[in-house]
Amino acid sequence: MVKLETHDLNIWFGPAHVIKQVNVEIQANEILSVIGPSNSGKTTFLRTLNRLNDLSANYKISGKVELERKDIYAFDVELLRRKIGMVFALPLPLPLSIFENVAYGVRVTGIKNKKKLNEKVESALRQGYLWEEVKDRLDESAFKLSGGQQQRLCIARTLAVEPEIVLFDEPCSGLDPISTAKVEDAMVELKKKYTIVLVTNNVKQAARVGDRTAFFLSGELIEIDKTDRIFTAPRDKRTDGYVRGKFG
Amino acid sequence: MRKVKEFIIEKLILLCGLASILFVTLIFLFLLKEGIEVFKSVGFFKFLFGKSWYPISEPPQLGILPLILGSLLVTIGAAVISIPIGIGCAIYIAEIAPQKLKEILKAGIELLAAIPSVVLGFIGMVTLVPLVKSVFHLPTGLTALSGAIMLAFMAMPTIVSIAEDAFYSVPKTYKEGALALGATHWQTIWRVLLPAASSGILAAVMLGIGRVIGETMAVMMITGNAAVIPHSIFVPVRTLTATIAAEMGEAVVGSEHYFALFAIGIVLFVISFAINVTADLFLHKRQ
Repeated sequence: MVKLETHDLNIWFGPAHVIKQVNVEIQANEILSVIGPSNSGKTTFLRTLNRLNDLSANYKISGKVELERKDIYAFDVELLRRKIGMVFALPLPLPLSIFENVAYGVRVTGIKNKKKLNEKVESALRQGYLWEEVKDRLDESAFKLSGGQQQRLCIARTLAVEPEIVLFDEPCSGLDPISTAKVEDAMVELKKKYTIVLVTNNVKQAARVGDRTAFFLSGELIEIDKTDRIFTAPRDKRTDGYVRGKFG
Repeated sequence: MRKVKEFIIEKLILLCGLASILFVTLIFLFLLKEGIEVFKSVGFFKFLFGKSWYPISEPPQLGILPLILGSLLVTIGAAVISIPIGIGCAIYIAEIAPQKLKEILKAGIELLAAIPSVVLGFIGMVTLVPLVKSVFHLPTGLTALSGAIMLAFMAMPTIVSIAEDAFYSVPKTYKEGALALGATHWQTIWRVLLPAASSGILAAVMLGIGRVIGETMAVMMITGNAAVIPHSIFVPVRTLTATIAAEMGEAVVGSEHYFALFAIGIVLFVISFAINVTADLFLHKRQ
């Protein structure tokens, strides 16, 4: 089933044409890795999907993005962002306690019941592979956690809102290999329930976790295919060059 | 040769640096020397909490409680008016206003800060004072309320510009993080940006209040200057600053009255100092 799709997507920031004529279909319960050198437009692409680019001045979009065949601009923007959660490159806990960080998004949806809140926070922290490490210190400031823990906290925070799709924007760029492995484990586990789009600078990460991989270059989608194929027998020479580390 | 030049320049700069501290110390010592007399002759507590201020009666009664209360009343009044409006304005400028309106508002607020206080004072005297008088059916419009409203205008530019900076210094990522969770713009402002900017906002408030408490000219012109203990905000009051300004010219040098005015200066100095230190603490906490 196609969960999320773009049709002839073009994006400009002022005069800069950042995304050019991109057509992608993202299947439900898959991990789609998006790779490409810096400035290839992959983060912009990701931020288009949950309309986070709307915040930028002189942002212009043409073409269509559809969530389950419905234009994302037909959704109430808050509802859309609850359905399409996002985890950022740098772990960004809010200046609140561990518990409150996860509860924040739940509260925003209007749930105030303490018991329900506790349940949701616990379940989200478990899904983020963090519960065991923090269950005794939920009231401490989130800034006391290590970088890897903070990132998993951000994942839990995103999951607590019960999204359908989770966008990861280079979630491991600031993490050590062990924390990275934990986040990757979490992602693979998560795809049972969620659809995942993973933007990464780490080609090997894409190879490890992605079901399919999309390669962006200068705002164009060069190639999208099964991850094996992209890494063993890509159709485009540029893809081949990038995954072999010849440029980028 | 070059080394000598470096040496001289370095020392000159050092001198400039020390000068500011030196002046503050000298001023404080002078205040203390002139004011301490009164603490000795009247008594510290009797001076601070004495209920009547009749400096030229015989013997003079030098209790500054009415003046302290006058200052407090006007300051609190001004704070109650200027803090919500000022913070609201800062939120609007930092978060909501479109670019063009933002520029206009900022220019307007800078302009407000540029109006000399004496000008604000006489504008208040001819517009605000009659208004307060007729709206509240008072015998006179020269009241603590008029002073508070006027001073709120003076505190506002300080509060707005510093609180606005506090909002800008909140990492953009907090905002995006909250929005990405499906929070509305207002929820993001209320639950994320405000708490994250809180120490800067508190500093803004403290500095705004500091400005109010030290203000002299405008309050002297529109608060009625009656040195009695105020029982409501609708009566004339006299502030600490206005007392010094009004009476220094007529006090006999070396008299107890003269020394008492210096003692009031010490009280003001201590209050302002405390406020500035608090503001500083908040600002540093932010960094």
